[in-house]
Amino acid sequence: MKRRNGFKSASLLVVFALLISALSACGGGSNNNGGGAASPSASPSASPAESASPSGSASPSGSEKPAPIDAELLNVSYDPTRELYEEFNKSFADYWKQENGGTVTIKQSHGGSGKQARSVIDGLEADVVTLALAYDIDEVAAAGLLDAEWQQQFEQNSTPYTSTIVFLVRKGNPKGIQDWGDLVKEGIQVITPNPKTSGGARWNYLAAWGYATQTLGYDEAQTKDFLKALFQNVPVLDTGARGSTTTFVEKGIGDVLLAWENEAYLALKEFGDDFEIVTPSISILAEPPVAIVDKTVDKKGTREVAEAYLNYLYSEQGQEIAAKNFYRPRLQSVADKYKDQFPALNLLTIDEDFGGWAEAQKTHFADGGTFDQIYTAG
Amino acid sequence: MTASIRKPKRVLPGFRLTTGITITYLSLIVLIPLAALVVKSADLSPAQWWSTITQPRVVASYKLSLMTAFFAGIVNMVFGLLLAWVLVRYKFPGKTIVDGLIDLPFALPTAVAGIALTTIYAPKGWVGSLLEPLGVKVAYTPIGITIALIFIGIPFVVRTVQPVLQDLDKDTEEAAALLGAHRFRTFRKVIFPELVPPLLTGFAMAFARGIGEYGSVVFISGNMPLKTEIAPLLIVTKLEQFEYGQAAAVAVVLLVMSFLLLLLINVLQRWSNRRLRSA
Repeated sequence: MKRRNGFKSASLLVVFALLISALSACGGGSNNNGGGAASPSASPSASPAESASPSGSASPSGSEKPAPIDAELLNVSYDPTRELYEEFNKSFADYWKQENGGTVTIKQSHGGSGKQARSVIDGLEADVVTLALAYDIDEVAAAGLLDAEWQQQFEQNSTPYTSTIVFLVRKGNPKGIQDWGDLVKEGIQVITPNPKTSGGARWNYLAAWGYATQTLGYDEAQTKDFLKALFQNVPVLDTGARGSTTTFVEKGIGDVLLAWENEAYLALKEFGDDFEIVTPSISILAEPPVAIVDKTVDKKGTREVAEAYLNYLYSEQGQEIAAKNFYRPRLQSVADKYKDQFPALNLLTIDEDFGGWAEAQKTHFADGGTFDQIYTAG
Repeated sequence: MTASIRKPKRVLPGFRLTTGITITYLSLIVLIPLAALVVKSADLSPAQWWSTITQPRVVASYKLSLMTAFFAGIVNMVFGLLLAWVLVRYKFPGKTIVDGLIDLPFALPTAVAGIALTTIYAPKGWVGSLLEPLGVKVAYTPIGITIALIFIGIPFVVRTVQPVLQDLDKDTEEAAALLGAHRFRTFRKVIFPELVPPLLTGFAMAFARGIGEYGSVVFISGNMPLKTEIAPLLIVTKLEQFEYGQAAAVAVVLLVMSFLLLLLINVLQRWSNRRLRSA
């Protein structure tokens, strides 16, 4: 009897120990993701310097050459920027080595913009976020991870590159689609993701809304009817922009894909013979913004590097890389160089034409907003 | 109550320890996360809660999810029995491979299954292009959703029926035959009653799984509001708008549905067991 009790308590202890170690391993696991991944990339000698550098570098701001800073950054971004940041990160690492002498490694994370924002809110330690719309970063700010005025921190609304919404049609444009008005015609199939789940689709929706508003004499009821007719021509609502591109390009469904300009060019680059781009008369200036996540950089001591990283997006090289990846550069000299690729068109902006993202979200995409009305009113 | 009465009840030692482990483990893995879900949905006031789960789009999605999962469960019950029967009763070349194939839907990432199914059943896909001239649309309709759910649900039925079929006493069948019963009569009177409980279990599991399935369905469903929008997609939609409370509310309704369903099937099974034993 005694022995059995002893056995029992011993095994209970073992179970508890296992549980506790499992729990602490879980907690440590998320830290390890950051720290563990740092070790292979940064040189072994760099890791002690990494923790020491932030405090050391903060004070000698007056001296000409600061001490080299080694760091690791995590850039949490959305889906179609994968290729852009692969190239940009390499360029920035070289630049940082040259300027500062330090070694910086940048990790990338991609996914749907809203989902990415949620991961950061839930504890993914991003140093910088580069998302598809300001609304998603606003949510991160609302969770207390960065200042509510984040969009003033960098130039041009904290948006170093822009894009717009264009049409991708099949080669030869067999249905003769030239402008938004053609999308509501009978027998036209339009492919767009769901604005409720996709940041890109919200830009699509607002661009169509802007066109309808202007051409239908600013009449809201008629504008809504236009959008309703347009969405009646949509046979599939994918959850994200890449999904829609796949539906249109690979499954061969639909006559026209509403797409980010950079996505359209990527599709053209890959399947150039099968598609062409149609630029509508009116579209929207899509501004995918960038921001520093204060809470992370203060904790990790990476603010200086993170700031340099985002500022580098505005530099000549950064702008060049953006343009090469089909994002519209902000810098005039680079924009001039690529002006054949980015035709000028009448671009609405979210701030002037829709009262900013918070307002647009509430009016159009929140429950009961115009998008819901389109689907529920008969 | 004396110890002498209690003692023989404990066949195996270490009952307390094992219950302790069971409950702790279940709490960490199942109960606490589910409780967190319920707590999260309590962010909403009762009125908000009610209006969330009664929005037309949400109600339509419940109906769709229930209906497609139900039909998929029925189809799986019929064909799952057939597959299990063939696998248990016949020998043929490649049988082990076929047997292994049954489990693939468990192993395959559901999104991969969804994309593959969509590619095949889309209007320009292999099967879709054959069906299109007949006026049958599969992808982007409830039929497509049902097919995806059949795919992910098939192992549940086969794997619950198979062992029961394997353990069936051949003697009773032989006795039935000797007594002059036809094959069909033997099946109906001797074999089938034994298979009712596992079939119901398999059906319930496939049904409950189908209600919550997301990955394989979003690609083939087309996600049209009020038409082909499944309830799990609405949860994701609400999360995408940072409406955690609303998402949790919809999820809780699904959870309750699945739970009630499993409960009902359990009751049915007990009843059929008792009836069998008394018969």
